[in-house]
Order: sequence, then C-alpha cells, then structure tokens
Amino acid sequence: MLKINDLHASVDDKEILRGINLTVNAGEVHAIMGPNGSGKSTLASVIAGKEEFEVTKGSVELDGEDLEDDAPEERAHKGIFLSFQYPVEIPGVSVTNFMKTAINESRKARGLEDMPANEMLKLIREKSELLEIDRKFLSRSLNEGFSGGEKKRNEIFQMAMLEPKLAILDETDSGLDIDALRIVANGVNKLKSKDNAVIVITHYQRLLEHIVPDFVHVLHNGKIVKSGGKELAHELEEKGYDWLKQEQAV
Amino acid sequence: MDLKEKLISSFMAFENNVDVDHPVHDIRSSAIKNFEEKGFPTKKNEAWKYTSLNSLQKVDFSIFPKEENTIEYKDVKKYFIHEIDTYKIVFIDGIYSSYLSETTHDGVDICLMSSALTKPMYKAVIDVYFNKIAAKDESLTSLNTAFSREGAYIYIPKNKMPKKPVEILHFATGNEATLMLQPRNLIIVEENAELQVIERHQSLTSNEVLTNSVTEIFAAKNAIIDFYKVQNNVSTASMIDNTYIDQKDKSVVKLHTFSFGGKLTRNNLNFYQNGEYIDSTMKGVTILGEKQHVDHHTLVHHIQPNCESHQDYKGIYGEQSTGVFNGKIIVDKIAQKTNAFQKNNNVLISDKATINSKPQLEIFADDVKCSHGCTIGQLDEDALFYLQSRGIPEKEARALLMYAFANNVLESVRIPELKARINKLIAKKLGVNLGFDI
Repeated sequence: MLKINDLHASVDDKEILRGINLTVNAGEVHAIMGPNGSGKSTLASVIAGKEEFEVTKGSVELDGEDLEDDAPEERAHKGIFLSFQYPVEIPGVSVTNFMKTAINESRKARGLEDMPANEMLKLIREKSELLEIDRKFLSRSLNEGFSGGEKKRNEIFQMAMLEPKLAILDETDSGLDIDALRIVANGVNKLKSKDNAVIVITHYQRLLEHIVPDFVHVLHNGKIVKSGGKELAHELEEKGYDWLKQEQAV
Repeated sequence: MDLKEKLISSFMAFENNVDVDHPVHDIRSSAIKNFEEKGFPTKKNEAWKYTSLNSLQKVDFSIFPKEENTIEYKDVKKYFIHEIDTYKIVFIDGIYSSYLSETTHDGVDICLMSSALTKPMYKAVIDVYFNKIAAKDESLTSLNTAFSREGAYIYIPKNKMPKKPVEILHFATGNEATLMLQPRNLIIVEENAELQVIERHQSLTSNEVLTNSVTEIFAAKNAIIDFYKVQNNVSTASMIDNTYIDQKDKSVVKLHTFSFGGKLTRNNLNFYQNGEYIDSTMKGVTILGEKQHVDHHTLVHHIQPNCESHQDYKGIYGEQSTGVFNGKIIVDKIAQKTNAFQKNNNVLISDKATINSKPQLEIFADDVKCSHGCTIGQLDEDALFYLQSRGIPEKEARALLMYAFANNVLESVRIPELKARINKLIAKKLGVNLGFDI
C-alpha cells in the first residue's frame, strides 16, 4: 500500500530525513519509535504532504502512485489520514460542521454528491459512540478549550469518520491518561481491517500494549536503524535508546 | 468650485427650505461657520493621517436631489433583515420613503428627524438632546449639523422596549450622477429601556455617493442598547460615520460594525461614560478587498469611576485594501477602578494590503486595569495544513481559518437572523461556500 523509497527531506536546507525505506501493506500495523529529534514527526508530515518540508530525494508511493505532486488535501482524498500531535483550534466551527465539510470535500473529489443529512447524522452517532464521545462535545468549537485527551479522542473520531486507507498516528498517546488511552486504542483497533493500515508513531511502548504492531522500526538521525517484531518495542522500553546510538557509533 | 465652497453656498439655498426662526437653526448657523473655518480635514491632521479625503473633494457632488425617486421593495428586500419583523425607517436619496418604512408612535417614537425638528410636541426633547453630545469643533460633524434636517428619530421612554428591532436604511438610487447625503439621527433610550438598531447604507448603482452621517445616542440609567452597523456598500460609495454616545449609570451599549465594502469608510465612534458602572462595547469585523479603505477611529472617555469598556476589532485585508485602527482610551483622574480593554487583530492576505493600527491610551487615574493588544499577521500555516490534511482544499481551508479568526466578534450579536446574515456575508466575502450554514 505505502512504499517509501530512499526518502530524503529537509526544512530550511537542514536535512532531517536521510534515506528512509519503508513498505506498509494492507492489514498491517507498523510502529515507528525513536528518540526525540530523530525525524518521526517529520516523516509523518512528509507522508501527509506538508509543504514546509522539501523532498530532496526518493519518493512516497501510495498504491503504486507517486504522491510528490499531491497537495495535502489530495492525499487525504486518496486515503491518507494524519492524527496530529497538536491538533489546531478552530473557534466558531463545530466538530459536526467540520466533519461535514471534510467528508463532503472528499466526496466531491471523488465525484460524489454531498452525503445526505440523515446518513451523516447516523454516521456521526455511530462513530462518536465508538470513541465514547457525547453529543454535547460534537457541537463545541473544534478543539477549542478541549483537554489533551479530548483533542486526541477527537482526532481518532475524525479518523473513524473519514475511514482512511492509511492512518498515521503521531504521538497520539502523549497527554493521555490511562482511560483515554484505552478508549483511543480501542477505537483504532475497531477500525483496523485487512484493507487498511496504521502507522503508530510513538516515543514510548505504552500505546503499543493496546495497539499491537506487526512491525517496529527505530528511527535515528533520519534513518531507520533497526526493524523487528513487537518484541523490539519491549527491548527499547527496557534498554532505552542509548544502546542503539552506541551501536550506530560502532 | 471645490466641494467646500459648494457646500457653503448651498447652505444659503438650504436656509430657504427650513424654518430659520427655529432655535435649531442657530445651531446650524454656528456649525456652518465652524466648517467654513476648518474645512475638510487634511493629512496634516493627526487623526486623518491615513485617510485622505482629497479625491472625494474633487467630485462635483449634488447636494440636494432634484426629484424624488422610488424603488420597489422586491428590488431592495435583500438589504433588509426580512426574515424577521422590524420597524423600518427608510430613505431614498436622503428623502424619507413612507411606503418602505414602518414607523410607530405606540408607546415609543420611532419616526423621523424632520418631524422631531419641526413639530412642537418634540421641542422639549430636541432642546435637551439635539447636538448636545456631538462635537462642536469637529468640521465634518459641524458640516452635518449645518445641514441637519432628516434622519431617524427614536425615543424610548422609561421602562419600555419596542416590540422589534429598528432598521435604518439609506438607499442611493443613482438618479443623480453624484450625490452627497447627510443624515442626522437622534436616539434616546430612557431609564431601564431597551433598543436594538440595525443601520445600513446602500448604493444601488455605481454612481458616486458620499455620506457624512451623524448619530447621537443617549443611554440613560440602566438602558440597554445594541447597535449594528452593516457596511457592505459598492466600491463607488464612501461613508463618514460620526457616532456619539452618552451613557449614564449602569447602562450597557454594544456597538458592532461590520465593514465589508465601500470605497472609503471612516467610522468615528465616540463613547462618553457620564456615570458609574457603565459597560461600553465596540466590536468590529472588517473584510476588505480591491482598493477599499476602512478607518476605525474609536474613543472611549472614562469620565466616572467603576466603568468598563471592551473593544475587539478583527480585520482581514486582501488585494490592495487598506485599513486603519486608532483606538483612543481616556481615563480621567477620578475614574478609578476603570477596566478598559482593547484588541485589534489583523490578517493580511495580500502583499499589497496594508493596515495601520494604533492604540492611544491617556490614563490619569492610578487604580485602573487597561490592556491593549494589536497583531498583524498571516494565517497560521500549521492550521492550514491541519485542515488540508482532513481533505479540505486550500482555498476553503483558508476561508475557514479566516472565518474562525473573525468569529468571536459575532458571539455578542443578539439578533440570530442578523447573525446568520453576517455569517453569510462573511462567507460570500471570503469567496467560498463553507459547506454548512454557519
């Protein structure tokens, strides 16, 4: 589904990604771990098409199609979803209205009519139950005054609504208490299918106890330095990242 | 003949049509003298540094419309808040239109300045209030005072509240190649009384129009007034609005200005807090494009202790538009425990747009809370990326962000149908269909 080939990316002439290779197939869950500043969030942003980053070499392909010329919204229309570490507050636009706009823009891009209002309401109800979100929450302004946990839950709610092919969860576990973590992980697990894939970006192993990865990759200095199964996450939890850095140095 | 000379000579013609023996005429006569002495303000005047009236003075404005013109309601319906029932005071080319209006004398007076200035039954009120709060030394206000004859007159007695909001509408039909209008409004809201007003000036053609308006508002003890100015005129219409508000103890006046169009718009808003525990609120949303120019000049004079003032102006400037915000707050020495807040936030969406923002605080009391903040920036790129990553195209995403930026100003709009209308105007002005009714 997703194929990243020798990806190099810079911001302000500073190279952050230095040759990433990664293949994610449908039905898989991949975890990307690594110390602060290793390029995890940059990788997520580059896949989602953030213009601030310049791809200097290599490519990102979705279903065999190079995404290079696609704007972020076009990538979204093709099925890429990024759950933000710091979701943005949009005063005056309710969660419901925001979702209506997002869904109908995606439908428009696919040549479909707007989703009928009753269908939309049904979908909103169904997905909000999945994330244990109450109705009052949906009429609040998007992310405005939301707690950290509410923001993250709302991100996964949006993911549930948009049903992406590839979901990238960027530090979704940060700022979550254990209950919120369980709800968020539960939501992600229920949305998982043989037709979609998830990339979980995290600093800690905590979330991976709930969303169990098929593959774990360690990012360091803009490169994947080690890949393995879920046991690699445990190893990292025990040993930290220093041993990897040393291994690299050698 | 330049415009100043033309106006001065027109005053003599004007005198032939009004009662020169009426006491108001003495006020007019001294006002024209003040205007003659001072003339139009120039850029040398600090308050007019960023707004030039030079090109307007070169237009050969018609001062008195030659004939009455009529318009069909269906052609102008969209300019009314027609979803709700309102009182209406409507003028066509400066002349009262009885068939488009709905006035009342049922417990309250919602009618015409021309009646108030001529009929004996209003004399007592006119003697007390007319030209009492309007500046005597300011040339454009004086110019209006000199020609004051027509406009809206609203008197709400003690403990009364009109059944519905009042709309004041001025239409320019283009019947004259050029037209200068000088409406004069007087609004008095007595103790414990309430009033909601929506004011709009609309030119219906591309003929040049200049409006120099003066509104005097008196809010007695505990009075509540909501005043909404909708400025979405064509790009050949200019407006100088001079509004003076006198507030007494515990009165609450909220004035919203929505500036979405017009060639040149100057808003002079002056609040005088002549009492304690007063709340004065000024809010504005300005969204401009083309070569439009809007200048918001606000003044809050805290004369007595324990009062509040709140100002929140949001501006979005595109293309070659220019904006000015000058917010003056004066806190007198005895006005202790004053809370005065001022915010002016602007987004420039074009390299050629400009905004000049200037707070002017003159504080003579020592136990006060005053804050002011002004920002000028671009849209947040991270926010833009967030919206795009949800599948919302860049253009719509930008519009949504601008909408969100301006949104909080609308929260205090208390007429839902007006709020809906303003939301639609904002969406239209931003050039998008946001996909939902905001």
